[in-house]
Amino acid sequence: MLADIPHTLWFYFIFFVLLMIDGLWCMLATYNLLRMLIGLEILMKSVTFFLIVAGYLSGRMALAQAMVITVIVIEVVIVVIAAGLILGFFRKTDTLNVRATRDLRG
Amino acid sequence: MTVLTIVLVIMVVAALWASMTTLLLRATIGLALSSAMLAVAMYSLGAQLAAIFELSVCAGLISVVFVSVISLTQRRPFKDIVKYRRERLTRFWPLPVVLLIVGIGLSFVHVPVQIALPLPGGDGDVRSVMWNLRQLDMFGQILILLAGVFGVLVLFKREDKNAR
Repeated sequence: MLADIPHTLWFYFIFFVLLMIDGLWCMLATYNLLRMLIGLEILMKSVTFFLIVAGYLSGRMALAQAMVITVIVIEVVIVVIAAGLILGFFRKTDTLNVRATRDLRG
Repeated sequence: MTVLTIVLVIMVVAALWASMTTLLLRATIGLALSSAMLAVAMYSLGAQLAAIFELSVCAGLISVVFVSVISLTQRRPFKDIVKYRRERLTRFWPLPVVLLIVGIGLSFVHVPVQIALPLPGGDGDVRSVMWNLRQLDMFGQILILLAGVFGVLVLFKREDKNAR
């Protein structure tokens, strides 16, 4: 069982890296604020997935689940607050383009 | 190829679709599908409680929030969408190529992993870990939820134009 762990870890690590690249690209290659939030969600998914894999491989799944539940709760609050901010920004500027934030005061 | 591998591949493809599609509503559906596949993967790895949280909260609640915001913000005519689609394609076409190259490259490369893992063993029930071992986390979660509720009340409130 223990001898298999590095290979298993590498297998899951590939999917973690792919999700990470996808999320980062989605955040960096767009000007739409909502799409940036979607990219952040994909990044959070990759982290959640790797936390569960770490718990599975180390045999401490209860601790990993507790961490993941904490991450999910924080993720929801981040998304809701960010959605509210984006909505407020849209009401002021009538666009979701991130380049319009240059006109903000401050 | 195991079922878990297929589920993980669908998860990555759904996330890729979510980041590449032009319409934000389709992107939300892709994100929800990716969450659902992650929940299946979590369940098959033995994290049942976290899988239920992922499925109900990430695939359900967050999708509802996204759809609400999209319905409140999208006002683009179809002609603009076609033009925008072409412009987006120039920025996003390398992404599937990069993912394919990285995925295939990493599956052929073998890096020796030197990690010291503890011996597998039960660490108790997830509820006892949450309520007894990670009490500070629970306190932080309650505070963050309260902050989220106040944030929603402040940010989603419509401005009264006659207030001044």
